Amino acid sequence: MDVLDLARLQYALTTIYHFFFVPVSIGLVLFVAIMETLYVVKKDENYKKMAKFWGKLFLINFAVGVVTGILQEFQFGMNWSDYSRFVGDVFGAPLAIEALFAFFLESTFIGLWIFGWDKLSKKVHLACIWLVVVGTTLSAFWILTANSFMQQPVGFSVQNGRAEMNDFLALITNPQLIYEFPHTVFGAYLTGAFVVAGICAIKMLGKKDAHLFKSSFSIAIVIGLISSLGVAFSGHSQAQHLVETQPMKMAAAEGIWETTPDKAPWALISGINVDGQKNSFELNLPIPGLLSYLSYGEFNGAVTGMKELNAQYNQQYGQGDYIPPVKTTFWSFRFMVASGGLLILLSLYGTYMALRRRVDKAPRWYWHCMKWAIALPFIANTSGWIMTEVGRQPWTVFGLMTTADSVSPNVSSGSVLFSIITFTAVYTLLGGVMVYLFVKEIKKGPSGEKEGLEQPHDPFEKEVAHVS
Amino acid sequence: MSLSELWFILVAVLFIGFFFLEGFDFGVGMATRLLAKNDTEKRMLINSIGPFWDGNEVWLLTAGGAMFAAFPNWYATLFSGFYIPLVVLLLALIARGVAFEFRGKVGSDSWRKAWDISIFLGSFLPPFLLGVVFATLMKGMPIDGDMQMHAGFFDVVNPYSVVAGLSVVCLCIVHGLMFASLRTEGALRLRARELARKWLIPLAVLLVVLAALTFVSTDAFQTRGVILAIMAVVGAAAFVLAGYFMKQGREGWAFGMTGTVIALAVAAVFVALFPRVMVSSLGSAFDLTVYNAASGNYSLKVMTIVALSLLPFVLAYQIWSYFVFHKRIHEKTHLEY
Repeated sequence: MDVLDLARLQYALTTIYHFFFVPVSIGLVLFVAIMETLYVVKKDENYKKMAKFWGKLFLINFAVGVVTGILQEFQFGMNWSDYSRFVGDVFGAPLAIEALFAFFLESTFIGLWIFGWDKLSKKVHLACIWLVVVGTTLSAFWILTANSFMQQPVGFSVQNGRAEMNDFLALITNPQLIYEFPHTVFGAYLTGAFVVAGICAIKMLGKKDAHLFKSSFSIAIVIGLISSLGVAFSGHSQAQHLVETQPMKMAAAEGIWETTPDKAPWALISGINVDGQKNSFELNLPIPGLLSYLSYGEFNGAVTGMKELNAQYNQQYGQGDYIPPVKTTFWSFRFMVASGGLLILLSLYGTYMALRRRVDKAPRWYWHCMKWAIALPFIANTSGWIMTEVGRQPWTVFGLMTTADSVSPNVSSGSVLFSIITFTAVYTLLGGVMVYLFVKEIKKGPSGEKEGLEQPHDPFEKEVAHVS
Repeated sequence: MSLSELWFILVAVLFIGFFFLEGFDFGVGMATRLLAKNDTEKRMLINSIGPFWDGNEVWLLTAGGAMFAAFPNWYATLFSGFYIPLVVLLLALIARGVAFEFRGKVGSDSWRKAWDISIFLGSFLPPFLLGVVFATLMKGMPIDGDMQMHAGFFDVVNPYSVVAGLSVVCLCIVHGLMFASLRTEGALRLRARELARKWLIPLAVLLVVLAALTFVSTDAFQTRGVILAIMAVVGAAAFVLAGYFMKQGREGWAFGMTGTVIALAVAAVFVALFPRVMVSSLGSAFDLTVYNAASGNYSLKVMTIVALSLLPFVLAYQIWSYFVFHKRIHEKTHLEY
């Protein structure tokens, strides 16, 4: 493998790994903030217990998210220095603003929240966790501003041999961002909701502390339903936007080689044959013009195929192969949509039970489903990003700079290999430790025995611990 | 003053802020090995920086982000050029960050020992590596006409850079010990102060050697002799005062003085560099400067407006957080970590 392949491998590995934790953080902290709000408003200690319990899980997860995020910021300069030189003028700004605006907010107020339980008034303490919610959401906004520029470059002109920003407002109102931001943030809330709901399911199956987890489940599943619908609608709009702005990505995601007839059918699955540039089979749904509808909102309209687009791009951008890895794009899109669909169904049923206040009557098969459904949002998030980033190939910035031109020319493949191996080793270890700690905290539960390590500063607290 | 010059100052300010703040929590991290006698003391030390270390680290991230946005060529050349040191730096920061959070979560001794090693290495390696990087930045690295840096092992690791790395480590230890004595109560507080005084001697030796090597290895004193000499004198005065205040038991003042030494040391690097941001050993025509490494005027203007309107708020709430946790930690305090 050459430097380019290795750098791409490292980017994929570290970013996918990092993005296991990011949505959990964004989703969980919102949940913690809601729990603490209920505690402050209703003055019910059980909510405080739950805020602390979910807060513990959030902090374990957040720690891994933060440290793996530092690498993300450094990686552009390390592996992609020519990219950084070419777009730093535009792309660097949202990254710097993210640090200044969001990272400071998150880190400072998390510190205040963790250590401030008995140093701050209830309301100020509550404000701290909400500021963390704001911080995580802002962070998503700025990093997605940067990413949206890669999908749909706006607000710049090429000057002095590089892209220079000339319209900041255009950058932060990038149409791509208008779809990508809600899609990603709803996805994060959905992830948090299903992590919470899944853990509740485990507790409901075990019966221990079931009463404490009933209310958590009800709130989580409602958030889950709202955000799963939010994900679906924003995702659908985004796909329609992509048909206009990155038609090649959508054509690859749907496996469309030849431009379709006016009433384009939608294939549930197809046998992608990359070498032959055709599909060996297509399992079309019996709804005429469904792909036209998905693409344009009406059951008419031809969808341009990859071959035609490739010919167009050859004229526009010079000779080359502009078709992304089709199998990866096609299947990751389907994995994402399928996971999203299941999440909507599970949320619908759960919300129905919650609204009828029959959560404890929910059948065991549902709790088993919910337990395993913890994996679904992770599959959806990961495959969604794979589709977005792989589907954009061969570009790093669509129409402007290719991935091959982006890599550092002065870094040896040995160096990148060294970093891949060390990071993979450390990340694997971290992942194992994190899962272990998660399981341990979940087993312990919100009212579990305190470990000998912690010395209660209040003798009364010791009494309570013994009683419960 | 042009906007790119202003951003050079802002990047300098971010690094000064970073070394002043994260400097003490690196120091406290190392003190868990150098100072603490038992697990409670270790935990007191970790908890003394508990609410702050993450926010302090963001200063580094912001400095990196500011370099990316304001000086893309600087960011690209430096980060790709110092590839392996940065990999190690990242691994160290990763190990350290999770260690604080994970250490107290399981009761077993081997578990805690493993994270103790993480905390120590994670607090020792970053200041050392950053010292190495900044020293070689001044000394000059093989940077060609395409702004590409091709450094060999001995370009990065040499007596000058190692002394610089150790000096930064030592500065952080003294600064961190003073922070520990400010934030704790009882025997630990006194021992931290005493140990800080002891570490002043190796620190003084290192700093003198570093100044001498800087004179020999770089053009700093030729180009900015007067200002650097003044900064060195002020720094020496702060150093002596730090020792004096430690002896007197005036911890706040002593901490202020160790912080002053750190701030001056970092500022000196930027004074010596200006208007260059990276010196090329292949000829001054290949130097990266504030002018040829910077972003366009529009981008810098946007960044200036954003930075100057946000920074006051950031400073305000960070200072407030120090105010909230101003109380000293003693053995009976409830410890989160």
